[in-house]
Amino acid sequence: MTGEWTTPQDVASALESVGYLADARIAQVAFLANALSKPILAEGPAGVGKTALALALAEATGRRLVRLQCYEGLDEAKALYEWDYHKQLLRLQSEEGAAWDEIEGDIFSESFLLTRPLLEAIRSKEPVVLLIDEVDRVEVETEALLLEVLDTYQVTVPELGTMTAVTTPIVVLTSNNTRELSEALKRRCLYLYVPYPSIERERAILVSRIPDLPEKLADKIARTVSAIRQLPLRKAPSVSETIDWARTLIALGIEDVNDEVTSDTINVLLKYQVDIDRAAKEFSLDTPDG
Amino acid sequence: MIDSLSGFVAELREIGIPVSMVEAIDAAIAIEHTDLSKADNLRATLGATLVKNSRHYPAFDAAFDVFFGLRLASPTGTDRERDGDGGPFAAGSGGGAGSGSDEISDAILRALLAGDHDALRRLVAAAVDMYAGMQPGRPVGGRYYAYRVLRRLDSDQLMVRLLVALGAAHTESELEDRTVHASAEELVDQMRSEVEREITSRLVADRGAAQVAATRRMPLIEDTNLVHATRTEIEEVERAIAPLARKLATRLSQQRRHGEKGRLDVRRTIRRSLSHGGVLLEPQFKKPRKSKPEFVVLCDVSGSMATFARFTMQLAYAISSELSKVRVFAFIDGLDEVTEYFGPGVDFAEALMSMSSEADLVRSDGHSDYGRSFRDMWENYADAVTSKSTVIVTGDARNNYRDPGSEYLDRIAERSRALFWLNPEPRRFWDTGDSVMSRYAQACDAIDQVRTLRQLERFVERAALPAARRSRLVS
Repeated sequence: MTGEWTTPQDVASALESVGYLADARIAQVAFLANALSKPILAEGPAGVGKTALALALAEATGRRLVRLQCYEGLDEAKALYEWDYHKQLLRLQSEEGAAWDEIEGDIFSESFLLTRPLLEAIRSKEPVVLLIDEVDRVEVETEALLLEVLDTYQVTVPELGTMTAVTTPIVVLTSNNTRELSEALKRRCLYLYVPYPSIERERAILVSRIPDLPEKLADKIARTVSAIRQLPLRKAPSVSETIDWARTLIALGIEDVNDEVTSDTINVLLKYQVDIDRAAKEFSLDTPDG
Repeated sequence: MIDSLSGFVAELREIGIPVSMVEAIDAAIAIEHTDLSKADNLRATLGATLVKNSRHYPAFDAAFDVFFGLRLASPTGTDRERDGDGGPFAAGSGGGAGSGSDEISDAILRALLAGDHDALRRLVAAAVDMYAGMQPGRPVGGRYYAYRVLRRLDSDQLMVRLLVALGAAHTESELEDRTVHASAEELVDQMRSEVEREITSRLVADRGAAQVAATRRMPLIEDTNLVHATRTEIEEVERAIAPLARKLATRLSQQRRHGEKGRLDVRRTIRRSLSHGGVLLEPQFKKPRKSKPEFVVLCDVSGSMATFARFTMQLAYAISSELSKVRVFAFIDGLDEVTEYFGPGVDFAEALMSMSSEADLVRSDGHSDYGRSFRDMWENYADAVTSKSTVIVTGDARNNYRDPGSEYLDRIAERSRALFWLNPEPRRFWDTGDSVMSRYAQACDAIDQVRTLRQLERFVERAALPAARRSRLVS
């Protein structure tokens, strides 16, 4: 584990040095995850920096990032390991007539094993950060695959036995909360709810991510986005969309946010026509049709 | 610390937040790694280890304030004396707004604008000294004390002054106006929660954490009574419905898949084997035909039942991706199909509005008439019900002493796969007054009392199972 972190402030400043602004809660949870060797389950709306947290942890600790992107239909062969049976078949054919016992021991050895992210993270010689992204997309049965890894950092391959992690990985799971995860999974993790940032924090994020953004404009942008998020939208603007918007305004050489600017560029923030219409209605903006 | 932790865990379980033994132990270990000089560190630690659902955080936070808010808040006793010993601030004074409250409001306004949290805490403590009029030993939750303090500090007036200070008068557009408003509201909320925290910590000092927590306890959103939900509760329930529905949907499809692998597909197996030189390595199976259940929902949307019907419909729509078909009918004293008002991507609240203004739900006086509605259903939409459809009726069966028309419901039930009735009224009120619940019992496979989201979830899970075949056909 990362020995040099002795307080949550160490974590916060390490993360800040790679451009991720962690609030006190995020820093505390990341610190605990490190101290207790427990996975973090980060849940919250899309685009608030859950995945970015894992990337920043990897960068701050200088670890390699191993990423498992979850999707519906993800299975053992894609998440854990797979036997390379084409290779096994070739091996069998090339040694026709050899004793079966010999070959059997041979074809179920590590050189015929295709490692997938989970096994890769366990077997890695150097310490890693394991990111299991959008875990709410897999089916409930598939969640069970993760339990052994999350619990004891080990993977069991029936033919080879149990492999235990050489170095304890930092594990981050993210979920957009499109469905509730199983109790078994949640029990094994430290839970971190990441909501949309407060106005102050979003402003700080903007300033740190875009150095040439004037403080005053950053403040205005943060306030405007926060007001837009209050509306009942299909998809509220994420932090990355706020950053995109700020970049757009800078590229256009705009120094102040007003109605005209907002209505011309609101499609950077809102991606559904229904939402654009609603924002226009609420704030009496004139948006171009279509 | 361990003592207060176990007390806190007991309180969380009492509220209904599931905390396992393992999680409690994790929390105890995690506390050793926590700098306890700030309450928020402990809040983060306990929040991460004990509470695994974002919906449970409001209840967790409230309980946390009661248990640990006081013990860890930096003592400001000396400051309090300095601010509170002034002559004009007589403790617990009643009457109209004196110069004292003006002075202290001014100071609070300045502290809020400057973002000076320590000063704010001191000032609020002084205000509570003066205006709350707290009496020791009374078993109250403290809401009234908070109200008294906030009335004297005049939060509306404060809001106006904050708006002026933030430059609301000079805004040029509605958007800008709104951002200023949002900032002002955030500041007023800050003061309000500071007042509440102060009062809580004093109550705890008086009566102990466990007791205060018990008088304050608020139900989790899944245990809120859906019939009497307030506007904020409705919003929270609606936010909770989508993830809940997906969880249900996956569980339903999983249960249907269970044990069905289908028969061996010989053609595909042989074709696949060609790439391995004719070795039959990967057997291929035919996919079993899924028979998806259909839902037909009949909702009483008259006054008292409307909120409840709304949630039932919403849940039915949310899981409709897993069901082949959902048809929704609403009735008061006439029945009309309202399926088309709620498509994907439609704003539910707006759809409800247009439904109640356009659909043909009232024939005579606008009081529920179940008998007539069931007759309408049978005469006009009987073909909506097939042997594959599960019919769900929601309502309190209060028929205003009219003809119950149970023979029509019997006929609908006979055509259907199963018929369930959800009654949000407590069981003991059934068949009292104009409720004719038991007259319909014969047609129903089950009548459930469903008042909360948790009960609704349990019901849907049961109703969509293949096992939920009608008992009458079997026997």
